[in-house]
Amino acid sequence: MEPIIQIQNVTKTFTGKDNQVEALKGISLDIEKGDIYGIIGMSGAGKSTLVRCLNFLEKPTTGTVLIENQDLSAMSEKELRKTRTEIAMIFQHFNLLMQRNVLDNVCFPMEIVGVKKADARKRAMELLEIVGLKEKAKSYPAQLSGGQKQRVAIARALANNPKILLCDEATSALDPTTTKSILQLLKQINRDFGITIVIITHEMAVVQEICSHVAIIDNGELAESGTVEEVFTSPKTAAAKKLVFMVNPQATEMRGKRCIRIVFSENSSFEPVIANMVLECKAPVNILLADTKDIGGIAHGQMILQLPEDETAAAKMIHYLQERKLTVEEVDSYVG
Amino acid sequence: MWDSTVVKMIAEGTLVTLYMTLVSTLAAYVLGLPMGIILVVTAKDGLRPNKLIYKTLDFIVNIVRSVPFLILLILVIPLTRAIVGKAYGPTATIVPLVLAAAPFIARMVESSLLEVDKGVIEAAQSMGAGLWTIIWKVLLGEARTSLIVGATIVLGTVLGYSSMAGIVGGGGLGDIAIQYGYYRYQADIMWVTVILLVVLVQIMQVFGTRLSKKLDKRTR
Repeated sequence: MEPIIQIQNVTKTFTGKDNQVEALKGISLDIEKGDIYGIIGMSGAGKSTLVRCLNFLEKPTTGTVLIENQDLSAMSEKELRKTRTEIAMIFQHFNLLMQRNVLDNVCFPMEIVGVKKADARKRAMELLEIVGLKEKAKSYPAQLSGGQKQRVAIARALANNPKILLCDEATSALDPTTTKSILQLLKQINRDFGITIVIITHEMAVVQEICSHVAIIDNGELAESGTVEEVFTSPKTAAAKKLVFMVNPQATEMRGKRCIRIVFSENSSFEPVIANMVLECKAPVNILLADTKDIGGIAHGQMILQLPEDETAAAKMIHYLQERKLTVEEVDSYVG
Repeated sequence: MWDSTVVKMIAEGTLVTLYMTLVSTLAAYVLGLPMGIILVVTAKDGLRPNKLIYKTLDFIVNIVRSVPFLILLILVIPLTRAIVGKAYGPTATIVPLVLAAAPFIARMVESSLLEVDKGVIEAAQSMGAGLWTIIWKVLLGEARTSLIVGATIVLGTVLGYSSMAGIVGGGGLGDIAIQYGYYRYQADIMWVTVILLVVLVQIMQVFGTRLSKKLDKRTR
């Protein structure tokens, strides 16, 4: 299938008074139609700049971006504006018009493309129904909670039937429960309308929750990309490992002892793997990190275990886990 | 001495003052509003950065703003004569009032528009909004309460300036205060005009504040 977004060797340099900052250092990435593509990185990694290059809110210094094979850098101002109506965007701070009510906020993008007022209002009400805020149509943004504001922003983003939805840290200002509901809404939108979604975030949990693919940006460079499962199960680069493990700083005290990381992806969540292993091997383990969840009876997630000092028991444990088809790797090299 | 002639004179003076203030403010906005918008749009991080236009306009605004009104009033007499045909009277006073108020308005508008959240502007751009849509619907729309508060301040200032024009026969309440209070030592007439000026400013202030509060949807 043709990629809907092609990022080709994009660099972006910001020139200050007496210094230059290379925000992006040659990034190439293809995003397929229908993907929910996560772009993750630490703050300052350049991911927000990258997402703004996808609708040319930031023009790349070199390189280009193709949307459905159309080169954005070759477009006139007018063509670019037309293309932007097909690439919607939502933001960390929602960016709603504070002096307009919810309904008029959703109508705003339709005003820009010249939809008749009555038609725009009708469509806006339908969209508010989808995001579950129909009864708030006459409210003003200041009267809404963060999650509600983001729902309005999503309704607004869908107004002109975009092909792509860019989300710039869209859940970073929200609490975990609200984040989850917003992510579910995005998932539903992706499924129901086939809109390709690009999600910029610094939280691995967001990527795990809904993304099909992920790219890891580190210091302006693409560190790693692939399906979420690939990257999550076997991160290759230091940047990827750092994000995937999100290690508790206290873990550094365990230096010098053997630690392993286990990834759950196909085991039954009804099987108490770790407890059975401890009973079988008759030695204790120290759970340094555990982040697992039950998705449809299958355990997903990861654990980091500190193994007993007794080498035989440790080897037996690794063997036991590998027998149960868990991905096991030693992680003492990365800690810190 | 508080006969019908004096009362009539003061009533007329009040109307003349209102005429000068309102017409000048309106005309000054015709000049100052676009100037303020251009300042914001052409600024370094504006929507269409343009150093030459920005610097030129910024310089002109600063120059005119730093000339005291009374001096400006006298400086522009040749221009006033060319436009109105004479250099005294209410209509003639409008010329220097507009010239003084326009740069002041430009600065007020500039600061109001700069308060608009950059993120909202970015959002509009991401939707494919053009420059005019952003200026009209985002900048002016979102800054409307601040613009109204600004206009209230401008009205008060222009009212004050119009009184100053009484020195050179500008007409209105200021003129009466100077003629009777200063030249003829009739303090009572001067006090009445001063009180009327204060009342006018108060009315404008209350009206402006109410309107801006009513239109502000950011609270609650």
